[in-house]
Amino acid sequence: MSNPPEPKSVDPETVIAIRCLNKSFGVQKVLKGIHLDVLRGETMVVMGGSGCGKSTLLRHMIGSIAPDEGSIRLFDQDITVMSEPEMNEMRKRFGILFQSSALFNSLTVGENVALPLREHTKLDQTTIEIMVKIKLELVGLREHADKMPAQLSGGMKKRAGLARAIALDPQILFYDEPSAGLDPVTSAQIDQLIIDLTKKLRVTSVVVTHEMDSAFRIADRMCMLDKGVILKEGPRAEFEALRDSAEESLANDTERLIRQFLRGDPEGPITQRKVQSDYEEDLLMVSLKMD
Amino acid sequence: MSPQDKTPPRSGSVLVRPVTQLGHLTLAVGRRSMGLVGGLFLLMTGALANVLKGILVPSSRLKGEYLVYQMVRVGVRAIPIVVLCELAIGMILPLQMHPKLDEFGQADQIATINAIAAFRELGPLMTAIVLSGFAGASIAAELGTMVTSEEIEALESLALNPVRFLVVPRLLATVVMMILLTVIADVVMVTGGLLTSLRLGIDPDVYYHLTLEALDITGFMTGLVKAGVFGLLIGLIACHLGLSVKPWQGSEGVGQATTNTVVYCIVAIIGADAVFTVIFYAHGLFR
Repeated sequence: MSNPPEPKSVDPETVIAIRCLNKSFGVQKVLKGIHLDVLRGETMVVMGGSGCGKSTLLRHMIGSIAPDEGSIRLFDQDITVMSEPEMNEMRKRFGILFQSSALFNSLTVGENVALPLREHTKLDQTTIEIMVKIKLELVGLREHADKMPAQLSGGMKKRAGLARAIALDPQILFYDEPSAGLDPVTSAQIDQLIIDLTKKLRVTSVVVTHEMDSAFRIADRMCMLDKGVILKEGPRAEFEALRDSAEESLANDTERLIRQFLRGDPEGPITQRKVQSDYEEDLLMVSLKMD
Repeated sequence: MSPQDKTPPRSGSVLVRPVTQLGHLTLAVGRRSMGLVGGLFLLMTGALANVLKGILVPSSRLKGEYLVYQMVRVGVRAIPIVVLCELAIGMILPLQMHPKLDEFGQADQIATINAIAAFRELGPLMTAIVLSGFAGASIAAELGTMVTSEEIEALESLALNPVRFLVVPRLLATVVMMILLTVIADVVMVTGGLLTSLRLGIDPDVYYHLTLEALDITGFMTGLVKAGVFGLLIGLIACHLGLSVKPWQGSEGVGQATTNTVVYCIVAIIGADAVFTVIFYAHGLFR
């Protein structure tokens, strides 16, 4: 899996530009001054532990959450100030693969893929059916068009969700935890599919994941999110180097933290941070409350 | 539940505390019901806008199959239960009335009472209560599950409006099916009364004529108007509560939404019924 970094896109313009993004839920600050660029044709992987804000970041990019502050520009248009009809036009230009695939359970796989085509294009029934076949063939599900989502395995659901996401030929694809809940082989197949599709359709991809094997397979560039802050952003090679370096050679705690995450080590700065709350004090508080 | 709804601070003396808690409870209940009414209103205007747009702009019209599917699921399958309930009530009511009426030698008036009760009140009301449990609960559970399984978000991400796509067909289906089921219910209840009357030795011819006499078009129409509004209430409440489930609430949120839907529907239906009856009475529609 060592495809060399290809010459990056003909047009190196920025497709997604996030500036000074802040978001709080109640008193909890989830995103703090996020600053991120995604270039045309690249696959950007956003990594981070559970609850670090990466899903929230993704939901900002697809316009389903509005930020408290900051701007998000897709194709150089700020989606944070868009009206609903404008946003709907924008939504037709990107596709999303949801964590749970989010297929419509009352429709067959084929109808799921056909739905956006039927609603947003003026194509006739035959053309739509052909388009559905093409999209399903791209993800390897052509024979399963008439099945209901409930009859599919987890991996097949992801494929079907992906077929629906690419139905309108989007220019950006967002993936929310594409390998969550899949076995290693299926997960690797989905990764391969993501790589193939990115090449075949020449789309820009943003992948949110915490599966490191998968992240290193598909990424052109990566960024590491922790507690609502981007710790590091750069090409995959930089992260690989960091992962493979010896712990003693690292200068600061941030790098050690990233290294622990990349390697999945049980010991390190992340673990230390979690045990900081005082056990004895906690016990003492319980006995105080009893009085 | 918003953070403000949480239990009030436990301060103050024993005497003051119940008062404070009552105040907090009132605020919480008030806030929630205002939220509900506001939400229903918004959903209503949204659905109305989409229906109008569907009528005016042919391209944004919904496919008929969605509506038919919802009508079958909401209404057609509820027919046996509605028939069973109304038949039973139609048979019980005359039996309850009979001894008293017989005392005055007016046993035949069973037909009149039964017809008025069926067409003006019990037909629409019982159908609405059956449908709250039958359709309301299932719509709320379905939409709630769609929220937790990211399907609503997926719909929005495909630039499809959930109100147009999910709410409008369900609302139309509950309204239309409520009216149709009420007609069935009316007829079945009168038939139930007939069965009892036969047993009590009332001439079926007399029963038939007295029923027709009691049945005026106004009474029939007021019943159907009520039925339509009840259907709208069931559809609105079920859709609103179903879509108000938050993704992270999971199965618990869906269960809560389903229970609340049935409870709120029944309260709203009876409340609306009272309001309608007063209005109809004041306008002299009941003679």
